Amino acid sequence: MDLEIRKRELVKEFSPMLKKSTKTSKIWIAFLIAIILVGVVAFIIQAVKGHEVTGMRDNVVWGIYIINFIFFVCLSYSGAFISGILHFFKTPWKNSVMRIVEIITVLSLIIGPIFILLCIGRLDRLHYLFLYPRIQSPITWDIIAILTDLIGCFIYLYLTFIPDFAILRDNSKKAPAWRQKLYKKLAIGYYDTPTQREKLHKITRTMSAMIIALAIIAYSVLAWIFSLTLQPGWNSSIFAPYFIVAGLYSGIGVIIIAMYLIRKFYHLEHYIRKIHFIGAGVILLVISLLFGYFTFSEYFSRWFSHKTHDVNLLNTLFNRYFWMFIFANYIGVIAPIIILFFKKFRTIKSITFAAVIAVLGLWFNRYLIIVPTLETPYLPIQDSRPEFIHYSATWIEWALSFAGVAAFILFFILIMRLVPIIPMSGIIDHEREQKRHPKNLTQNQK
Amino acid sequence: MENTEEHKEGTNRRNFLKLGLLSGVSAVAGLSIASNAAHEEATSGEKVRVLTPDGKMVEVDAESLNKYPDAHITPAESRKGIPNRKFVMVIDLAKCKNARKCVESCQKAHNLDYNEEFMKVQLIQDNEEGSPYWFPKPCFHCDEPPCVTVCPTGATFKRDDGIVLIDNDRCIGCKFCITSCPYSARQFNWGHKDKFDDKSQPYSPETSVPAAEGTVMKCDFCPDMLRQGKLPHCAQSCPMGVIYFGDKNEDIVTNGEETVRFSDLIKDRGGYRHLEHLGTKPNVYYLPAVDRQFPLERGFNVDEDIIERYKDVPYVQELKKKGEI
Repeated sequence: MDLEIRKRELVKEFSPMLKKSTKTSKIWIAFLIAIILVGVVAFIIQAVKGHEVTGMRDNVVWGIYIINFIFFVCLSYSGAFISGILHFFKTPWKNSVMRIVEIITVLSLIIGPIFILLCIGRLDRLHYLFLYPRIQSPITWDIIAILTDLIGCFIYLYLTFIPDFAILRDNSKKAPAWRQKLYKKLAIGYYDTPTQREKLHKITRTMSAMIIALAIIAYSVLAWIFSLTLQPGWNSSIFAPYFIVAGLYSGIGVIIIAMYLIRKFYHLEHYIRKIHFIGAGVILLVISLLFGYFTFSEYFSRWFSHKTHDVNLLNTLFNRYFWMFIFANYIGVIAPIIILFFKKFRTIKSITFAAVIAVLGLWFNRYLIIVPTLETPYLPIQDSRPEFIHYSATWIEWALSFAGVAAFILFFILIMRLVPIIPMSGIIDHEREQKRHPKNLTQNQK
Repeated sequence: MENTEEHKEGTNRRNFLKLGLLSGVSAVAGLSIASNAAHEEATSGEKVRVLTPDGKMVEVDAESLNKYPDAHITPAESRKGIPNRKFVMVIDLAKCKNARKCVESCQKAHNLDYNEEFMKVQLIQDNEEGSPYWFPKPCFHCDEPPCVTVCPTGATFKRDDGIVLIDNDRCIGCKFCITSCPYSARQFNWGHKDKFDDKSQPYSPETSVPAAEGTVMKCDFCPDMLRQGKLPHCAQSCPMGVIYFGDKNEDIVTNGEETVRFSDLIKDRGGYRHLEHLGTKPNVYYLPAVDRQFPLERGFNVDEDIIERYKDVPYVQELKKKGEI
């Protein structure tokens, strides 16, 4: 049978990615594990000595942990959002990037909440959240939203994996026994019959729509944790949409970076093409314009109406955090716009560069939302201890932050060992479609 | 309560305290009766008349009162509050000279370290022309407390008597309450301290002692003192009588020397609440710093380290320029 041969071909093509690691990848994995181990040491020190080892004190009670938390969770929401949209609207070039987006979604949703746990003074009492829940608290809303989102994303990711597990089950006779068994279990009796295929497509499509809604709700709730307080820099009605746009901004940035790295390391130039980069780049351009607009409105209204406490906050931002503000809110927005706006600048490398700037800028944008606000409370801080007046993260906090990033990359690599990063079932669907309507413009043609 | 008529003009502190004491006893007695009811009746033959929380005069055995005054209020009991009370504090800024006795006595009573202050004395200059003033700042025990709303476990709660307390047995240390308090009234125990291990006194949210690592703490209005009919430590120790404390239901506040009608005090002296526009409805009122009893400079007779705190206030910068401090 034609189809079966093609499937075998694809497994053969992608199997080097799944098999034994090369020297460089081994070094990479060792390096990542080393970073994670440093993070583990930092965590143990924090657990034993208490939060005293962090740079957080009574005024700035939330530091880079919570910044990483919002950053990772926003990556996840934007990933869910993007993959939902790609799937729901059957975007023509979706297949090559689909799985990258989905893996980013789930991994960041696992790593993000770990950072909020690092913020909590009494981890031994975490179950109190369920023993004595108070539904009035935005934290409770957030827990419900994140858990729902996590489950939804897992189901969705799994649904998209099933056809590939089935192909791998049928075509990995030489693979070790545990792998064969694992694939068989995970494929849950999917044999790609027309009825099964149709059913799966239907469920995936429904799930993709739900995931878009979930992402919007969950990220709005996260923004409300800040905007429902009375703090001058947080109490803003545009925070929820602002966070969603910001999330999309960093999300697309990270997707572009991941596309670049995966294409380079696994030599997937045939699948991840320039057209993908240009498509993602144009979306990044649109979102960067939106993000810039939201950022401008947020600070402009504070500056123009100049309420005392807003002015105090702006003074903090423009004195102590001047360069960070310039980088996050000027360069981080304008540089990607310039690179992506002109057609002749749109090369794979420059688009990736723009994405890197966007992601870094966004991280600092989050920093500027959290830390300066807490350093500028309503009643002036009158303290003689420097660490209580200004926040600066300690090595413990940095170690744990980098451990989070390392864990993200490591898990990404490990998942790519289990299933090919390019969905094989998607290629087959695509080719089947092509046979039926040969004239359609498709992803594998330029 | 029953004898409000006696509390017209000229009522002195003793009267207020006696009244407080009586209701304090009755509250404790009510609780002890409740907790003793389950046990066997130990009788001494001696009968005592006490007032129950719902206002009935009853005669009980003296043995039933044995928990007073060391009655330990458990975290569960501390959620109820003292019946029929609505506590309120008035701080007279005209009298404050930064003597810091309120801070020190509070620290002593709550077993706090040098830099841990439930009561802070800030130096506030509202604008460049405005004259700076000393601003003692406890927790405001708001009627719309943002800290209570955001708490995910109900570790911080608002009682019927108006007091906002923290149960550090319940607190998970998420610090959301600290970020949502606009008055920076809350503090976090960042690391372990030996004093946390001192279990000689059982923990009660009403005393905030012993504190616990990884949890939040703040000014508690000293309900343990109120139950005994005494003023909170800060009000009691202030040499200038800056801090008035009392009951809004009875419309009476006292600083230990004079007892005045709360509503008259606020009306006549232009009492206000700090950052009223935030809508938190504090239960701490301020009387503006007019006709001051002491020049502001008297307040600089404190540790070098504490003067250092006020370095950003324009007035202090001017003083420094002139070389006066």
